[in-house]
Amino acid sequence: MATLTHHEGATAEHLEVSPRTNRNFIFIIVAGVVLLAIGLIMSAMGIGSGHHEAAAGVAHGAGAVQNAGHAAPHESPTWLKRLIVSLWHSNVFFIGVSTIGTFFVALQYVAYAGWSVMIKRINEAMSAWILPGAIIMLVVFLFGRHDLFHWTHEGIMDPKSEHYDAIIAGKSGFLNLPFYLIRTVVYLAIWWFFSRWLRNLSLEEDLHGGTEYFHKSINVAALFLVLYAVTSSMSAWDWVMSVDVHWFSTMFGWYVFASWWVTGIAVTTLTAIYLKQAGYLKFLNSNHLHDLGKFMFGFSIFWTYVWFSQFMLIWYANLPEEAVYYNQRLGGFNGAYTWIFFFNLIINFVFPFLALMRRDAKRQMIMLKIVCIAIIIGHWSDFYLMFMPATMKGDNGFIIEIGVALIFLGAYLILFTKRLASAALVPVNHPFLDESIHHTT
Amino acid sequence: MTKRFALGIFEDEDVLLHAVENIRAAGVKIYEVFTPFPIHGMDDALGIERSRLPIAAFFYGMTGLAFALWMQIYMLGFDWPMIIGGKPHIALPAFIPVSFELTVFFCCHGMVITFYTISGLYPRWRTPVLDVRSTDDKFVVAIELNEKSDLNGLTKLLRENGASEVNEKEMTKN
Repeated sequence: MATLTHHEGATAEHLEVSPRTNRNFIFIIVAGVVLLAIGLIMSAMGIGSGHHEAAAGVAHGAGAVQNAGHAAPHESPTWLKRLIVSLWHSNVFFIGVSTIGTFFVALQYVAYAGWSVMIKRINEAMSAWILPGAIIMLVVFLFGRHDLFHWTHEGIMDPKSEHYDAIIAGKSGFLNLPFYLIRTVVYLAIWWFFSRWLRNLSLEEDLHGGTEYFHKSINVAALFLVLYAVTSSMSAWDWVMSVDVHWFSTMFGWYVFASWWVTGIAVTTLTAIYLKQAGYLKFLNSNHLHDLGKFMFGFSIFWTYVWFSQFMLIWYANLPEEAVYYNQRLGGFNGAYTWIFFFNLIINFVFPFLALMRRDAKRQMIMLKIVCIAIIIGHWSDFYLMFMPATMKGDNGFIIEIGVALIFLGAYLILFTKRLASAALVPVNHPFLDESIHHTT
Repeated sequence: MTKRFALGIFEDEDVLLHAVENIRAAGVKIYEVFTPFPIHGMDDALGIERSRLPIAAFFYGMTGLAFALWMQIYMLGFDWPMIIGGKPHIALPAFIPVSFELTVFFCCHGMVITFYTISGLYPRWRTPVLDVRSTDDKFVVAIELNEKSDLNGLTKLLRENGASEVNEKEMTKN
C-alpha cells in the first residue's frame, strides 16, 4: 500500500470552470428552452395529446374518487398546466437534491467520519440551488397553485359551496394557505440557513485552521439533522403528497427522502468522478469511490424497501381510498403511467442492484458513471410518477417536462460549479483530511 | 507435524502495518499476522488475494430465493390452497418478504459455515494459539522457521521495525 507509507500533504486545489464548460451548461439550457417551446406549441395545438378522451373515459375507473363532483373551476389550459406542474416537479427534485448535500456533510460530521472529507466541498456546493429554488417555488405556488393543489380551489372547504368536499375540509387545519406558506418558507429557510452556516464554518477553517471549527460544526450539524428529520418528511407531505389530497400514506415522507438521498449521492459521485477525470482531487482514489458506490447500492435498496413497504400494505388491504393511488399508476388513464411505473422499479432498483453488486463495479469510474446517470434519471421519473397522475390525469406528456428539467439542470450546474470554484476543492485544514487521504476500503 | 515460528510482538497497529510492508520488502515470507481487531489495509500489505466468499454468498442467496419461492408457491398454490384477503393463491407481492428473509438467511448461514470450515474454526479440545496476548492488546507477526532460517537476522529485522519483543515458539499441528 503505497498510500500508507507516503505522507504528502494535501495542497489547496482550485477548480477553474472553463468558458467551454459554461457554454455547455448554457447549451443544456438552450436545448431545454427549445424542447419546452416545441412541447408548448404541440400541446397548445393539441398534437400528441390523444389522452383527452381517455381522461374523460376514466371517470368510471381510477379517477372517479379523485374527481368526484368537482368541475375544476380554476384550472389553466393543458399547456399552461403542464408547464406549471413540471416547474414544480423539477424544482422539488432539485431543491431536495441540493439539501442532500448539506445533509450528507452534517451526517459525516456527526458520525466523526473521516473518509468523506475529500468530497466535502462537492456536497457543500450542491446546496447552491436552495435559494433560487426557493424563490421559484414560492412564485410557482403563488401563481399556479390551483393547477397543482386541488385543496386550494375556492369553496372546496365551504359547506355551502357546490364544490364542497368533506374529506378536504376535514384537512383544513393543516392544508390552508397561510399555514402552508409559513411551513414552506420555514423548511426552505432552515435548509438555506444551515447550508450557509456549515459552509461558512468550513471556509473559515480553511483560513485559520485548528479544531475549533470542527467541533462547532458537529454541534451545528447535529441540530440540522434533528430539524431536517422533521422538515424533510413534512415537506414531502406538503409539496408532494398534498397533490393527491384525498390520499395519504405514512411511508411517504421516507419515500420522498429516500429518493432525494440516493440521487444526492449519485450527484456527489458523478461530480467527484468528473473532477478526478479533469485532473482535480489528486488524492481521490478507488477507495473513496468504493464507499460512494456502496452508499448508492445500499440506498437504492433502501428506496426499494420503502417503496415496497408502501405498495404492499396498500395492495394487501385494498382499501379504495388508498388503492386509488396505484389504480391511477397501474392501468389507470388507459395505461398512461403503467410503463413508467415498471421502468421506475427497473432503473432504480434492478439496474443499480445488479450493476453495483460486485466489488470491482464500485471501484470503476465508468460503471459508477453509468449507474449515477441512471439513478438521477430514474428518480426524476420517480417524482414524475408522484406528481403527474394526480395533477395532469391522462393529459401527461414528456416534451415540456424534459425541457423544463434540462433548463433546471443547466441552471443548477452553473450555480453548482460556480460555488465549487469559489473555494479550495479540498478543505485543507480539516482535522480528518489525513485520514481521508489514507482511506482504504 | 511440528513447526517453529519467530513471533514479533508489536504494540501499535500503524507500526505493525509499516513493519509488515518492510519485512515483506526485505524478502521474508510472513506466515500470518494475529491482531485483536481487523486493521484496514492489512490484507493488501500482506499481499493476500481477495476472498472468493462473495461468489459463494451469491449462490447461497440464490438457493435461498429459489427455496423460498418454491416453498410458498407449492404450499399456498398447490398443497393447501387458501384464499387470503381475496388475493390469488400465488400472489407474488405477498411472497416478497418471506423470499427476502430466506435469501438473507441462507446467504448468512452459508457464508458463516463456509468461512469457519475454510479457516478451521470448528470446535475442538485444544485450540492452537501462538500467543494468547494477540486476543488482548498485542499484535503478533508470525514467521515460519526452517533449518536454513537466520533467527538472529530475523530478530534484528523485527526489532528494527518496531517489535517490542521477539519470541521463538514451537507449535504441534494435529
